[in-house]
Amino acid sequence: MRSFRPVLALGAGVAVALTLAACTASPESGSPSTEGEDTLTIYAGRNEALVGPLLEQFTEDTGIEIDVRYATSPELNALLLEEGERTPAEVFLSQDAGALGSIANAGLTSPIPAELADLIPAGFTSDDDSWIGVTGRARVIAYDGEHLTPETVPDTVDALAAPEWKGRVAFAPGNASFQSFITALRVLEGEEAAAEWVDAIAANDPILTDNNLATLDLVNEGQADIGLINHYYWFERAAEEGEENMRAQLEFLPGDPGGIVNVSGAAILKGAEGDPDALAFVEYLVSEKAQRYFVEDTFEYPLLPGIAAPEGLPSLDSLVNPELDLADLESLEQTQQVLADAGLL
Amino acid sequence: MPHLRAARPPRALLVAAVVACALAAIPLGYLLVRVGSAGFEDVLAVFDRPRVPVLIGNTVLLAASVTLSTVAIGVPSAFLLARARLRARAVWTVLAALPLAVPSYLAAYGWLAALPWMQGFWAAWFVLTLVAVPYVTLPVAAALRAGTTGLDDVARTLGRGPLAAFRLGTWPQIRPAVLAGALLVCLYTLSDFGGVALFRYQVLTTAIQQAYGASFNRDYAAILASLLVLLALTVVIAEQFARGRAARQFGAVTGQPRQRRVRLGQWTAPAVVLLAVPSALAVAVPVTVLVVRLFEAQTLRAFHPAELVAATGNTVLLSAGGALVAIALALPIGVLAARYRGRVVRAVETTGYLALGLPGIVVGLSLVFFSLAAVPALYQTAFVLAFAYGVLFMPKAIGGIRGATAQVPTSLEDVSRTLGNGRLRTWWLVTARLARPGIAAAALLVAVTAMKELPATLLLRPTGTDTLATELWSRTDVSAYGAAAPYAVTLILVAAVPAFLLSHARAGAGELEEATA
Repeated sequence: MRSFRPVLALGAGVAVALTLAACTASPESGSPSTEGEDTLTIYAGRNEALVGPLLEQFTEDTGIEIDVRYATSPELNALLLEEGERTPAEVFLSQDAGALGSIANAGLTSPIPAELADLIPAGFTSDDDSWIGVTGRARVIAYDGEHLTPETVPDTVDALAAPEWKGRVAFAPGNASFQSFITALRVLEGEEAAAEWVDAIAANDPILTDNNLATLDLVNEGQADIGLINHYYWFERAAEEGEENMRAQLEFLPGDPGGIVNVSGAAILKGAEGDPDALAFVEYLVSEKAQRYFVEDTFEYPLLPGIAAPEGLPSLDSLVNPELDLADLESLEQTQQVLADAGLL
Repeated sequence: MPHLRAARPPRALLVAAVVACALAAIPLGYLLVRVGSAGFEDVLAVFDRPRVPVLIGNTVLLAASVTLSTVAIGVPSAFLLARARLRARAVWTVLAALPLAVPSYLAAYGWLAALPWMQGFWAAWFVLTLVAVPYVTLPVAAALRAGTTGLDDVARTLGRGPLAAFRLGTWPQIRPAVLAGALLVCLYTLSDFGGVALFRYQVLTTAIQQAYGASFNRDYAAILASLLVLLALTVVIAEQFARGRAARQFGAVTGQPRQRRVRLGQWTAPAVVLLAVPSALAVAVPVTVLVVRLFEAQTLRAFHPAELVAATGNTVLLSAGGALVAIALALPIGVLAARYRGRVVRAVETTGYLALGLPGIVVGLSLVFFSLAAVPALYQTAFVLAFAYGVLFMPKAIGGIRGATAQVPTSLEDVSRTLGNGRLRTWWLVTARLARPGIAAAALLVAVTAMKELPATLLLRPTGTDTLATELWSRTDVSAYGAAAPYAVTLILVAAVPAFLLSHARAGAGELEEATA
């Protein structure tokens, strides 16, 4: 094509470079070098469609401008570890406790003030105030409502290792919540029993997925009879497709390691120690208003005492395993070794 | 290659190529640092995991089978496009390029939504083959247009059948283009994440993503990524070896290009099926499914046209920036590889190709690491993201530039030099001018690929800047597939523009071989 003249190409190149430069120079692009202004930089490991409205409300209520970087929690976790203390982020809002524990262990967080940390009951937040719990999410069994009735669905994950479930159970071995459940199994039932269960389930021809949503989809499409997921994925899917169209149904597992409650949470990063805006944001997340938002819009359990759980869900107290402390869930490496030995990772 | 210089490469060119290589090798350096910090025992422990041999086997099987099937579909398609009497040839050429506009994750999602039982090897093989066929079809069609059928005629007069004549006459001419296309497909399959992940086929890239994902174990991820680099290295060296032999064969071809157009007759119907079906399956099915979802969705989450416009603008600018960086890096390497031989040249070219075998998340993290260490002021700016696109997709430009440069007769450069022009001036006046369509095609190919890129974009983009791919991701991630549809359709439409220009540029640049390679 004759139109691709070098001069034209060069002109286009200069134009692109200038525009990229303009992009970069503009204040809202939030490069780390733009210091001194009032913008609070948040890394949000939660989906924009879910928490975006709440973050906008925060700016409206407090006048604090924010720059939000959305990605998955694991991606932001990897990013924060790579950035270290040079991160432009001031607050990390994470989908699960594991990622928060990981950056806390790397020494990248600054302590949450005690009067704030104490708002959330022990067991749902870090034991050293390195991060704060925001919402609770229960592990559940999703089952194919056309193949199974509530009576035939096991109410303990131990049963899933039986031959009758061969080839019928789906889960995501790489997912943080799944690994937390395995850790709970190790803590509650002992290393040997946990390894036995993992070996048995691995030998039972499981359907391996990449994440909870893919697991739920398999159940919803009739490809798997049982899926191990977090409860709120069902509600997200139901909001998209209509509750009456959901083939998958939920079975909660009170008292079982397979039904433990994990949390989402937030940490103030080291560089933002003492930053009033960062503190205001974390305070906002555990305020009544934000907690109600999570209940109504994302179907998660509020952690602030006195706020009612989403309708139709078993109470948080009934799910909590008193013998389990969230801090016990930090021994992730052993869990991964168990999964790797069984050929699941 | 026919126009090769025996002399040592000029120092300036060599230095430029080595600098470009060094920049392109940043992700490899990062991997070395990570694997080094992991220690020998951790590296060995990886091989104790029963899953690792399975991952390697699956990766090799998928890459080999996708490569074979794209060649099996792409070469006959290219023959039809270049040598058959076809009605509406321009339309078929555009159709052949269109799958380039469809990201593998989007095609996989569309098929999965239509046929939920699709999973595993066959599903991944099917969708990756569909979206990767143009990487073979386009360069081979260009090589066929540039070649001559004169040798086939000679073979026919010596009593050979038409197929034997093609094998003796035309095949040696198009073999480098077939190899270059196959190399691209193979590296693309090795590094693809979205297509395989959605079908739950476990390969190295999914395991790498998982290791960065839940385990926060960057060392394990780096060791797996290094295994992937070794696989890519093997493939690149094998291609160079095969190309070297092909080049010697091709070097014997001389004379004026002469082309006969083949009458299809009773083969018209199968030919049309071959040309139409892969593109329809790659493009029409996912788009239709998404649009249907758009109307079925009960909660079409708030749709802001301004967001769509902003994301489209960012996508176009960033991918254009990426294309410029890629061309700048690939030019010295491509010119060097086209004109000179030797161990250094070969090493430079090999290094240049390796980034294509790396998953986006590894390149993304390595540039986080590098830009924070070297140019912290530029961290999380559009520059670093455009640079990442350049590094990631530069290999796609190397082949095109090498091919286009190789076709420019060195005698023309010699004439310019005897007229008193310097090397650089000669390159600009003669070589660049003649190789221009091939270089433009290479730039378009980088741009179209950069538009679809997701993992590196998520890590490196300026905070608050969204592209079509990231907007699409943020919606499909919460299963708001209805809300994702406008972004998906826009992404395909925007990426279709360079894909269209690419097929068009190629038609006009018939004298160039393997320009997309």
